[in-house]
Amino acid sequence: MIDPDYIVFFSLALFSIGVYGVLVRRNLVFMLISIEIMLNAVAVIFVAASSYHGTSDGQIMYLLILTLAASEVAIGLSLLIHMYRRRHTLDVDQLSNMRG
Amino acid sequence: MSTLILLIPLLPLFSATFLVLAPAFNLTIPKPWVARMGVGAVGAAAVCVAILHIQLKGQTNYALQFTYANWINVHSFTINFGFYLDALSLVMVSIITGVGFLIHLYSAGFMDEDKDYQRYFAYLNAFVAAMLVLVLADNLLLLYLGWESVGLCSYLLIGFWHHEINNTLAANKAFIMTRIGDTGMALGLFLIFYLFGTLDIQAMQLQAQSQWQTGDSMITLCCLLLLAGAVGKSGQLPLQSWLPDAMAGPTPVSALIHAATMVTAGVYLIARCHNLFELSPLAMECVAYIGAITLFIAATAALVQQDVKRILAYSTISQIGYMFLALGAGAWSAAVFHLMTHAFFKALLFLSAGALIFSLHHEHNIFRMGGLAKKLPMVCVSFLIGCSALAALPLLSGFFSKELILNRLLEQEMYSLWLIALIGAFVTAFYSFRLFFVVFLGKATQEPDRNPLKVMVFPLLVLGLLAIFGGIQPKGLAVLFSSASEEHHNLAIILFTIAVPLCAVAYAWRVYKEGEFGSPLPNPEAKKIHRFLFSGWGFDAFYQKRVISPFIAVTKLNQNDIIDSLYIGLINISAKLHRFCSQFQSGQLRWYNNSLVIFAIVAMTWVIIK
Repeated sequence: MIDPDYIVFFSLALFSIGVYGVLVRRNLVFMLISIEIMLNAVAVIFVAASSYHGTSDGQIMYLLILTLAASEVAIGLSLLIHMYRRRHTLDVDQLSNMRG
Repeated sequence: MSTLILLIPLLPLFSATFLVLAPAFNLTIPKPWVARMGVGAVGAAAVCVAILHIQLKGQTNYALQFTYANWINVHSFTINFGFYLDALSLVMVSIITGVGFLIHLYSAGFMDEDKDYQRYFAYLNAFVAAMLVLVLADNLLLLYLGWESVGLCSYLLIGFWHHEINNTLAANKAFIMTRIGDTGMALGLFLIFYLFGTLDIQAMQLQAQSQWQTGDSMITLCCLLLLAGAVGKSGQLPLQSWLPDAMAGPTPVSALIHAATMVTAGVYLIARCHNLFELSPLAMECVAYIGAITLFIAATAALVQQDVKRILAYSTISQIGYMFLALGAGAWSAAVFHLMTHAFFKALLFLSAGALIFSLHHEHNIFRMGGLAKKLPMVCVSFLIGCSALAALPLLSGFFSKELILNRLLEQEMYSLWLIALIGAFVTAFYSFRLFFVVFLGKATQEPDRNPLKVMVFPLLVLGLLAIFGGIQPKGLAVLFSSASEEHHNLAIILFTIAVPLCAVAYAWRVYKEGEFGSPLPNPEAKKIHRFLFSGWGFDAFYQKRVISPFIAVTKLNQNDIIDSLYIGLINISAKLHRFCSQFQSGQLRWYNNSLVIFAIVAMTWVIIK
């Protein structure tokens, strides 16, 4: 049995990497991947919690998150492709239409 | 009878409205019809007044009050559209419609070549309507409505030829100066309502007589505030200096508004409220002294003027001074009587002056005229009648009214005022005959290029007759004011007062014969006095220096509006805040993400630490 603290720290590290990726990356593809990483960090903590408490709720939740992530990637990627066809770039700074 | 009285102001009002609105509906009225309409409306009103006279024939003590509609009704404050007719208002209405009709008729000829013919008649009719409302009103607020409307019409007519800046300035001056007095009058109205709870003139006076002591300071204040309005409107000291400038308007306007009717509104107001004034000896004294000083100042100023209309304007101020003097002495009927005769002979003088100006191509300077007696005999005769009546030569209309005033002053033992009035009479006779001699006798220097039109001659004729034979005091007046009966006359004093104007005429003749009128003055002292008198005792310069300049200086101080700077500061602060906040709305997605994450971290830390 792994110490739950390690798992929590691992999950936190994964989540922070995801946040960092969303914040610093300009390319939309990488931002999408970073979001996936964050989702996985959450999933890890769910699974860990379920094994720690000895129930299966967390694992059911994990399945839900997996489905969500899959559909999100499907829609997100299709949107990205569409966006690329229209604007020939995926740089968020250049894609911004809003004027401050 | 009630409809008849209502018709009197409504006829001119209808005509004025029609003439004003016709161009708005693309309705062109041919010129003769404009004249017929304008003159006819006032003529019809005059006919109504004549019918009234016939109906009231034989009655001396009458007071009719009619209420037509409700104007304002708030809680206990009720103002009606109501007319009140007694001997005083009947005299006023007769003057306004009668003299007004003649002047309208005259205008039809005088303004013949003016392209704003229709506008002129619209204003003139509106003026007559407003003036009639003023004198017929049964409450002070309706009177005030008429009072302000005549002021407006006077403004419009002084600035009638508004293409010239000086005319507009004169109109502004008249409007602003009368407004100063009107403000006082408005305050007086407030005070009267506060004290008596009503603005009905008769009810207010009854209440004043029954509930207030003679000499009460509140009543005196009321009277003085009303007097302020009267002083402004009637061109008395210290608000007299607008009247000479008001001569910028067309001459018939000067005759109607600035000689016969509007400027006497102040006299009417005081006579109308005479029961109130009788309760305040102090206010009466003020009225008398204002009248006396004004009559003297204006008469001496008239001595040296060169513009024929300015001479007449100063003489109007001085004659109204006589009326105020009479009012102050309690000679109500004499004051109104003088008002009536003055309306006749001053209208006559102005209209003759208008004929003169008309014939001489807008020449105003009397020293460039001369020897016109043969060339314009009709004008000469009417001028002679007018000047004689103004000088109060025996048996002309002006003589009787002035005689009455002087007598009353003696009776009241106001000897100093009597002396001023007498000196004023001397000066009046002197300057009126100076005017006559200089214009009509001597060498001809200018050739009149046209004769007055027929429509202009007829009013001169009628007014001439009135100026000669108009010296009969309306019976109703004496009864209304219950003035003392014809008293013991001191023959010596009467002869003396008759002799004074005659001496003045003789003296004027002597001076004229020696050719001293208009000749350059010998020494600098005399020149100085001449300049002082010429400027009307320097009132304009005084006001410019002591009132207008300080006022402008104060307004300059506040040019950037101190109060406003507070709001401008508010605007600046909020603009700066806005600029600061809008930096965060950069439109960059990553920037938003960042702030979101930072906020989440800060918020969570805060929650956890707490």
